Order: sequence, then C-alpha cells, then structure tokens
Amino acid sequence: MAQMTMIQAINDAMKTELKNDENVLVFGEDVGNNGGVFRATEGLQKEFGEERVFDTPLGESGIGGLAIGLSLTGFRPVMEIQFFGFVYEVMDSISGQLARMQFRSGGKYNGPVTIRSPFGGGVATPEMHADSLEGLMAAQPGLTVVIPSTPYDAKGLLISAIRDENPVVYLEHMKLYRSFRQEVPEEEYTIPLGKADVKREGTDLSIFAYGAMVHESLKAAEELEKEGHSVEVVDLRTVQPLDIEAIIASVEKTNRAIVVQEAQKQAGIAANVVAEITERAILSLEAPVLRVTAPDTIYPFAQGENAWLPNAKDIMETAKKVLTF
Amino acid sequence: MVIVHSLQCLTAPIQLRILTSVEFVSINTTMFHNTVDKGEVPKMAAKKDKQFDPVKTLQEIEDKFEMVQILNEEGEIVNKDMDPNMSDEDLVELMTRMVYTRILDQRSISLNRQGRLGFYAPTAGQEASQIASHFALEKEDFILPGYRDVPQMIWHGLPLSMAFLWSRGHYKGGAIPEGVNVFPPQIIIGAQYIQAAGIALGFQKRGTKAVAMTYTGDGGTSQGDFYEGINFAGAYRSPAIFVIQNNQYAISTPRDVQTAGKTLAQKGVSAGIPSILVDGMDPLAVYAATKDARERAVNGEGPTLIETFCYRYGPHTMAGDDPTRYRTSETDSEWEKRDPLLRFRKYLEAKGIWNEEQEEKVIERATEDIREAIKEADAAPKQKVSDFINIMYKGELPYNLKEQLEIYTDKESK
Ligand SMILES: Cc1ncc(C[n+]2csc(CCOP(=O)(O)OP(=O)(O)O)c2C)c(N)n1
Ligand SMILES: [Mg+2]
Repeated sequence: MAQMTMIQAINDAMKTELKNDENVLVFGEDVGNNGGVFRATEGLQKEFGEERVFDTPLGESGIGGLAIGLSLTGFRPVMEIQFFGFVYEVMDSISGQLARMQFRSGGKYNGPVTIRSPFGGGVATPEMHADSLEGLMAAQPGLTVVIPSTPYDAKGLLISAIRDENPVVYLEHMKLYRSFRQEVPEEEYTIPLGKADVKREGTDLSIFAYGAMVHESLKAAEELEKEGHSVEVVDLRTVQPLDIEAIIASVEKTNRAIVVQEAQKQAGIAANVVAEITERAILSLEAPVLRVTAPDTIYPFAQGENAWLPNAKDIMETAKKVLTF
Repeated sequence: MVIVHSLQCLTAPIQLRILTSVEFVSINTTMFHNTVDKGEVPKMAAKKDKQFDPVKTLQEIEDKFEMVQILNEEGEIVNKDMDPNMSDEDLVELMTRMVYTRILDQRSISLNRQGRLGFYAPTAGQEASQIASHFALEKEDFILPGYRDVPQMIWHGLPLSMAFLWSRGHYKGGAIPEGVNVFPPQIIIGAQYIQAAGIALGFQKRGTKAVAMTYTGDGGTSQGDFYEGINFAGAYRSPAIFVIQNNQYAISTPRDVQTAGKTLAQKGVSAGIPSILVDGMDPLAVYAATKDARERAVNGEGPTLIETFCYRYGPHTMAGDDPTRYRTSETDSEWEKRDPLLRFRKYLEAKGIWNEEQEEKVIERATEDIREAIKEADAAPKQKVSDFINIMYKGELPYNLKEQLEIYTDKESK
C-alpha cells in the first residue's frame, strides 16, 4: 500500500488501465507533455507514448467528437475537459450524441467513453471553473455520473469507469486533489459504479452527500456526536444512477435524513434523492427530509465563494432542525 | 471524361460539366449554391492537364501569408510603403502606454505573489499586439477581450482599480462604467469571437460608425466559436476586427499541435474575409494593420482577421504554470531580442522624441497609479451572499431567491 493523494490515485488508475488495455487512449488539452494543468496525467505520455496519451487542439467539442469517433473504431477513450465549466462547449457531443449512441444504433455502438474533469469550489479559480454541473449530466438519460470523495474511491471508481461499456462522466473535486492522503493499494482494484458507501455509521440521522461535501458532513457528524447525536454519513459516490438500496436502508435505520450538495438548490442531485426517499420510504420518516445547498445564484466570484459554499456549520444547523422535529 | 450523378446534374448542371475530380465536385456545388441566386458561377479554371491541384493551391495560399514587418528589431523602418506615419505625439503616447503596461504587468505579478491579487495572466512581450492594436481604435468601438487582454480594457477607459477587483474575484470588478465600451474579460475561449460578430451586426443595423474588436490566442483559433465568429461577421460583412495573438503556446500546447495550417491568418480565407499576418512584436505593423482594418470596417467593407506573431515572456497564468516544462530559456531569449519596447525605444530615440527621463516618468506614474488603485480596490466592501442574490436578475426576484435573500441577510446581520 502507498499513501496517495486523490490526484495520484487518479493518475494511478489511468496508468493501470493504459497498461491493461491497449485500446485505452488518454487525451485532452495539455494532458501530454505537461501532464495536465493539475498533473493528473503526469508521466503518462512518457510511459505510454504520444500515440496513446496526447494533446488535442483547443476545442472541447472537438475532444468530444474525437472520443465518439475513436470509440467507433474500437478504442476506449478517456477524454479530459480541462475544467468542467467548459462542458457547455461539448454538451452536444456528450448529451446530444454520446448518451444516445447505444439507443439509436440498435445497440451496435455503446460508446465506452470516460469523461474526466475537475470542478468544485474553494480554490479561488476564475469564473466557469468551479461550478457544480453534475445535475446537468444526471438529467441526461444514458450517462453514468461519478464523483469520488477519497483517494481510495477515486482509483477504484476510475478503473471501473474506464472499463464500463457505457459513457461515464467522472468528476474530480479540485479541493480534494491534494487535501489529504490515504492508503491506496498499488495493485488494481475496482469499486462498482452505482454503489454508495457508508463513510460513518450512525442511528439518529442519515446525511447523504458527495464530493467535498462528504468531508463537511463528516465534520458536522463529529460535532453532533459531541452533542449526543449519532449521525450516519452516506457518500453517494455515483450520483446517477443513485444507489437506491443503500439510501433506503439508511433511512429505514435512522428515520431522519438530510441531503447535502455543493451545487445550488435548483441544480445538483439533492432533489432527486429527496424525491426517491419520499416516494419509497415516507412511512419510515419522522421528519421532513431537508437539503443543505448553495443558494440559487451563479457561482460567485472567487473572493466571495467561501461565504457562499455550504459548510459543516450549515449542515449542523439543518441536521438539528431535522433531529429535533 | 465527365461522370456525374444525375441528381447532382439536376442541382448544378452548368458547373459539373467541366469537372474532373470528385473532391472538386463537392466543393464547387456548395459554391454554386451560394451564387445561384445571382445566376453567377465561379470562374472556370483555365484548361490544363490537371485542372485543379489542391495541394499546390494550398501551398500557394499559404506562401502568400508572409509576415508583415515595418519596424525591425533595430528600430529601423524596413517597409516604408506601409509606414503608418504616426505623428510624434502619437508615437510618444503609444510608447508611454506600452511602458506603462509593462510596469503594470511586473507589479501585477509581484502583487499576485504577495497574495494581493487573484487570477492574473501575464502580458509582457505582447505589448505591441495588445496596445498598438488598441491604439487604432476609437472610444466608440467595442472591445471583447480575453482573460489576457486587461490592458486594452484599461486604455479603453476601465479604471485600474476595477481591473484589480476583477482579478481578485469581486463582483464590482465586472460592473463596467457607463461610456466604457468593453465586455468583462472572457474566460470561455472563443465565446468573444461570435459575440463580436453580434455587436458588429448591431452597429451595422444601427448605422453606428464603430467596430467590434475582439482578441483570442493561437489556441483559441481551434475552437468552433472562432470559425463561427469570423464566418458570421463575414457573411453579414459586419464591422468587426478579429485579432489572434499568436504567442506560440496555448498553456503548454505548442502552436503546431493546433492546426496543420502554416499560418493562423489564412483561416480568414475560408470565411472570405481579408486577413493578414503581422510581426506582433512590431508596434507599427500591428497599428497599421488594425488601422486599415478599422477603416475598411467603418466604410462598410466588412471584417478583418489579424494574426500577430508574438510571445509571452511569463507563465500562462500565475496559478502554477511552469513554462520550463514546455519551452527552453534559449527560445525565451531569442524572443526577448525582438522585444516591442526595445525596438520602439530605439526608433523614438533616433527620432529624438524619447529619452530615459521620459521613460522614468512613465514608470513613476504607473507605479503611483497602481499603488492608488490597489488602495481603492482594498476599500471595496466585502462581498456578501446577499449581494450575489441581488445582482441575479433585473427586477423582481423569483420565490426561491426572495426566500434565500431573507435567510442570508439575516445571517449576515449577526
Ligand atoms: C472553452 C475553454 N477551454 C479551455 C480553457 C482553458 N484554457 C485557458 S487558457 C488556455 C490556453 C489558451 O491559449 P491561447 O488561445 O493560445 O491564448 P493564450 O493564453 O496563449 O493567450 C486554455 C486551454 C478555457 N478557458 N476555455
Ligand atoms: Mg497562445
């Protein structure tokens, strides 16, 4: 085992799959010689050559189109969108084309493409870099959307994403890239897509979260523990499709739930989770399911982002409302 | 010799009779559709053994895009015919602005390192491309800048303190004052190009004698938006000027990776718009090309594409880019010899209209202005979430934001 940051784990996952399958190709803006602007692809071009790890011209739509075309010639593309705020440039390739390929080709072309991209707030980026746009992706039938919160999960989930036969959007929270290290096996392993993970067990309240908000939720849970509340934190890990079984099992155990997302209230995944809980487990609930989210504005300018982003304190406040309902 | 599909015969009978190559059929049928209204057909190629040689044609077009230089590295006029013959006063003003901008760049870099500035994309090396192109504009012209084009905004009237607030990530940095015709710097590469076509069309419809001026980099020319922008403006013959600052790299990606094209300027040919490649380290060449483009634009002759061949000395941005990973210090020093300030200084000194003392004064003024502007920026009120909510819509807020405004206002008052 090695101590790895999330960015190292992501790099390691790509290395593993480049080794395992000669059809895997990694490409995007600055991913080659430069190793990506965050160094996620550091060393990969050197090890696997320019044929397999390469820079593209600057154009997200082009990158998406390339991925589709390469998948049609038997490759397994891992494309990078340098920052996920630029996804609008490639929405047609992703939602208009890739997500529909299997459907409109009678199952002939399935599009085993992985779309990797950094996102997430708290690191003072310029506009259109930090936005949480997973909701956009989740709203498109045909796509799987993964958001890891730890180095261990990051590696196992990325390997699964690359091996998956369908298009997978794999979003990497920038604040988590280097924020902590964790034991990560050097050998290959997978974590199944579509499976949540209980990051902390508890009996009084379930917090459902993903990405950086998992860590804010864990902080809140620890504080709440001191006040005598036993709080469970469930990391969704795959936000589309949701792990309904895990979500309902947790709610049936705790009878109270909140959902936390970094995205604005009108965006993200939380509304889906709440809807699923109320449809499937309303009789297990002792309180309404509440959400902790960012407000419904455009992602703010860097100096104002910390006041805007949801944090452990906000989570505690909402948790208490539900606990004392 | 002539084998064509009956269907194609129906759509373009006259044209197809003279064709021999399949590729040409597809190219020319579209051209035919463009001109069919007027009943015109493209000029026939003279009869030769091989009527049309696509490889040679490309080569000929590319060879035509030679780089225009007026002032060489020694500060000598090497192209008298194209000398814009600027007045002494204008020459001094242009030099002043370039020196000022170089200082602004140096100060911005050190302020960033001290944590007193936010996002910053260095500009040193690109002064001729930025400042001399802007110098050909008038106040009523509208600028759509990229993230590196803050200096042009400042010379177009944006207060320095606002540029600093924008860099820091403060909403007041984007609140462009009345009468300053600029858009906030574009982060989404390429978006500014199509919007420029829109502003140009707006001017055209309103009969405003002004141009839309926009900038992108070598990397930006690979975006779909780039092609759509120049094509739309060309199609409507709108008054736009599209500048490509080819500083050789898009972050780490070298210019060669962007396109098979030998030049970037030649991309304008496909949109049917006049295009020119200039030495982007030569203020006179950049100025002359832009001035000419502006004149044609306001005279109703449509847009122009200008490629300025230049270099950025610094890193891509101050957010962790390490240029030593993708270029050598030898290349850096080659380019520094072509420096726009160096050659312009030599030229002006030889004319007897510039000296060290003048330059010192500009440096002092810039330094003082920057100090003042930072003070002003420091005094900007801390941003609150309620501020963000309040700037979301013109007019009434929807229910969710009304509710959230109440919650955050309450929180902020504690
Ligand atoms: C649509 C979009 N894609 C990617 C980026 C990330 N990005 C920022 S600058 C840059 C390189 C731009 O290079 P170039 O156009 O040559 O301009 P330069 O920075 O050299 O001035 C990239 C890829 C972006 N801002 N917008
Ligand atoms: Mg460039």
